[in-house]
Amino acid sequence: MSKLASMREAIAELVHDGASVAIEGFTHLICFAAGHEIIRQRKRDLILCRLTPDLIYDQMVAAGCARKLIFSYLGNPGVGSLHAIRRAVEKGVPAPLELEEYTHFGMTARYIAGAAGLPFYPLRSFAGSDLPRVNPLIRQVEDPYGSGVVFVVPPLNPDVAIIHVQRADTEGNAQIWGLLGVQIEAAFAARHVIVVAEEIVDEAVIRADPNRTVIPDLIVDAVVHESFGAHPSYVQGYYDRDTEAYIAWDTISREHETLLQWLDEWVYGLSGRAEYVAKLGSQVWERLKPGDAWSGQVNYGRYC
Amino acid sequence: MDDYTASEMMIIAAARELAHAQVVFVGIGLPNIACNLAQRTVAPRLKLIYESGVYGARPGRLPLSIGDPCLVSGALGVMPMPQLLQYYLQHGLIDVGFLGAAQIDRYGNLNTTVIGDYHRPKVRLPGSGGACEIALMCRRVLIIARLNRRTFVEKLDFVTSPGFLEGGAARTRLGNYGAGPAAVITDMGIFRFDSATGEMLLSSLYPGCIVENIQEQVGWPLRVVEQPDVIAPPTQEELRIIRQELDPAGRLRM
Repeated sequence: MSKLASMREAIAELVHDGASVAIEGFTHLICFAAGHEIIRQRKRDLILCRLTPDLIYDQMVAAGCARKLIFSYLGNPGVGSLHAIRRAVEKGVPAPLELEEYTHFGMTARYIAGAAGLPFYPLRSFAGSDLPRVNPLIRQVEDPYGSGVVFVVPPLNPDVAIIHVQRADTEGNAQIWGLLGVQIEAAFAARHVIVVAEEIVDEAVIRADPNRTVIPDLIVDAVVHESFGAHPSYVQGYYDRDTEAYIAWDTISREHETLLQWLDEWVYGLSGRAEYVAKLGSQVWERLKPGDAWSGQVNYGRYC
Repeated sequence: MDDYTASEMMIIAAARELAHAQVVFVGIGLPNIACNLAQRTVAPRLKLIYESGVYGARPGRLPLSIGDPCLVSGALGVMPMPQLLQYYLQHGLIDVGFLGAAQIDRYGNLNTTVIGDYHRPKVRLPGSGGACEIALMCRRVLIIARLNRRTFVEKLDFVTSPGFLEGGAARTRLGNYGAGPAAVITDMGIFRFDSATGEMLLSSLYPGCIVENIQEQVGWPLRVVEQPDVIAPPTQEELRIIRQELDPAGRLRM
């Protein structure tokens, strides 16, 4: 059964005020289109989960969508600070923001526990760090096999995970190549999953290359077809990371007022991603278009 | 010899530290450019590993972030982050971790979390990312930081990533982790660590730099080895690669 929905429908139906939401993707495949739709629908009091909040959560925090952030690296990668989140944390502008902080491994372990249905997950990070002192959810247990104590973190089970992918069929079988981040763990940990795909393909395309499938229809609630939905993040083989946009954000986001003007122009003022793509213009898309680097083919064999 | 900037000398000295490394876990910013320079000069077989899930990257351009698409194309392997963090890093397969920091103390402990009180920060910094586990689990750690009194402080506001903690055997008592910081590469010289006390020792100077000037930038009384050596200045080739290939816009080298 087809689960195709528009972004507007998927967000309206599955993202509720107060929900915990994970728009994941480690630099790669960050679904800005979904973040912008959440802003447009003026969702409130969200608990935002992501290893690297990135520009998308900076925008959502500035727009007043979030009350809490669960994260491990709060920066504009390679550029500097996330100014809107810093304003919320340091000055309470536009509203205070609660932080729950881990390391990348700690966040990853939380998703693994969530995805695997485990009560906690052990990891050897955190020793000697001040992080366990400021986050009481990072705890220690005695190894029952006698090696001493080990740090543990609890499962993270977001209400909704939004996972951008290169291609999916209409039921939600989804394939990714390039950086995988924690897309798989976040999806399996979540109570509901929205798959957002650059391309919707026939089930036969998925079946021709099953090793590349990372998310099965089994856990997917909605499938949204949204080309260029990850910009200014990127999609391997489709469009490059828009470094200029990441650098420009440093200036746009330094003052709350200029940031709000940007939201008016690029989020509230547009009906959805199609208008955003058109507004950015063909020159930008030409600049971001990568050359080709095809993989070789493998032979799965025919057994009938 | 061309003129060169202090940052260029620092990046080049950092790259040279990787001459005998096999696998380096690359952090964002200055470590990124130093590791990419090493792969193009002293260590062509160096395997670059990025926490984003890439093994054996050979990027054709300098990636601005550690999740750039150029890290994937042509890499030896790409994997989900849980696999990289657990099987490669936690299992102890990485020789060298390369980190930067907002604050560092004499024992090589690093702060990238907050300036001021954690709950009422003056400046909210990015946080750990993968730095805490890299600092613990790589066999040794190289640190790169520009000298100034805001960075080289008597006491950290927050320990994000442990070095030798309060010194002596404190790190060993944490359990079976990597050996900890091996060197701090700055823009005026290189520190190494006293193996008994875990304290930083100024051990090398860049051409034209003197101990007194370094002391002015460090928030504790320096310890200096008896005869600090002087690092060879940049070669034409090292400078060419940085200026033309890795950082043509001058974001890191100026």
